Amino acid sequence: MLDRIHKAQEQMAAACEALERQINIMEVCGTHTVSIFRSGIRSVLPPNLKLLSGPGCPVCVTDQGYIDTVLQLADREDCLIATYGDMIRVPGKDHSLETKQAKANVKVVLSSEDALQLARDHPDKTVIFVAVGFETTAPATAVVVKEAATESIDNFCILSGHKLVVPAMRALLSSKNNTIDAFLCPGHVSVIIGYGAFAEITKDFHRPCVVAGFEAVQIIEGLSEICRQLSTGTPELKSMYPAVVTEKGNLAAQKMIDECFEPVDGDWRGLGTIPNSTLKLREQYDRFDAVKRFDIHQFPGEEKKGCRCGDVLCGLIDPPECKLFGRSCTPREPIGPCMVSSEGACAAWFKYGQEKIRT
Amino acid sequence: MCLAVPARIVELEDDRAVVDALGNRWKAKTTLLPEAKLGDLVLIHAGFAISLVDEEEAKKTWQLIAEISEFDDTPNKLSG
Repeated sequence: MLDRIHKAQEQMAAACEALERQINIMEVCGTHTVSIFRSGIRSVLPPNLKLLSGPGCPVCVTDQGYIDTVLQLADREDCLIATYGDMIRVPGKDHSLETKQAKANVKVVLSSEDALQLARDHPDKTVIFVAVGFETTAPATAVVVKEAATESIDNFCILSGHKLVVPAMRALLSSKNNTIDAFLCPGHVSVIIGYGAFAEITKDFHRPCVVAGFEAVQIIEGLSEICRQLSTGTPELKSMYPAVVTEKGNLAAQKMIDECFEPVDGDWRGLGTIPNSTLKLREQYDRFDAVKRFDIHQFPGEEKKGCRCGDVLCGLIDPPECKLFGRSCTPREPIGPCMVSSEGACAAWFKYGQEKIRT
Repeated sequence: MCLAVPARIVELEDDRAVVDALGNRWKAKTTLLPEAKLGDLVLIHAGFAISLVDEEEAKKTWQLIAEISEFDDTPNKLSG
């Protein structure tokens, strides 16, 4: 194990020295962000290698308009809100779902099946499932929408905030301000979409895309492979997580997403509107779409004054460069979603990163 | 939130499973992984098996989850 780490570190150091410029590698997975901090990888990186935490945390990238819509729906007496626990503390305009939870119409669920079961158990209420997450999570929503259709569970619906990772990566690289040299691609998103899904990034933007596992040695080896590719000028697509990630991914799950959802333009925190990046229920499932059922016209939500989560998610700043960081915004009393979610870059920096602030 | 948890299928009827990870047992479904069999180690995400996984990889992920749980001291956090 130590041999593998040393070998990867040596390769990384040699490649970065040869490159003679600043290298920016973005990880697009909240679990990678946490694991990188937790293992202290940042402290052993070559001086000209910088890691950027990208839009890899579904809670963080969910736009404020969606959050404010959920909070409005939570005020309805005839509804129950079913949400993954990750979303519960994200602040809206005046409050969070956590404050609504006291009113007992907000329920935390561990799975989409639990949300559907709530609808079965409460026929007098409409259960609205807060359907957020990337491609890893979307198939679980699709399964229960189909189940609800088969069983005619008409008091169930979803507010889809599901997002697609590859369009966001394209948007980042298309932005004028981007400084991203390569991506460390997400592990468990890739279980579903397959590492082949990132081929278009390598082809169209000539950036290395390397899929890695979550263990420190797997991450270092992934980074080292990226540095090698950059130093030789040969950007490639590579999976270094063969134990669970295949080229084509989970075809049954992809089919499930495709049968229920279609990609439409969608809003992301910090990244704005990205073409074909959000999943909307297909027309035949309209009756399970909360947007249709409640005739929701979503307006852009108001971001908290001074909060720079958007810039953090685009890799434009490190969290400590936000004036709220560690002062008025902390994990105990978060202002922005990147401080709320344990996978958010701000929470990770707050807990582990403050000793290594780069300006 | 995208982190999937390795667990072993200890009961299976149609696509309804009971899975076990380090002695914790809960219900999950194999709808998205039709090839899953009784006794298989699988990755579970949001109540669904999404992939087969080997013993060694499962151990690494359990270790990571233990570390992240320690990292996360906020209340109400549930892995997605």
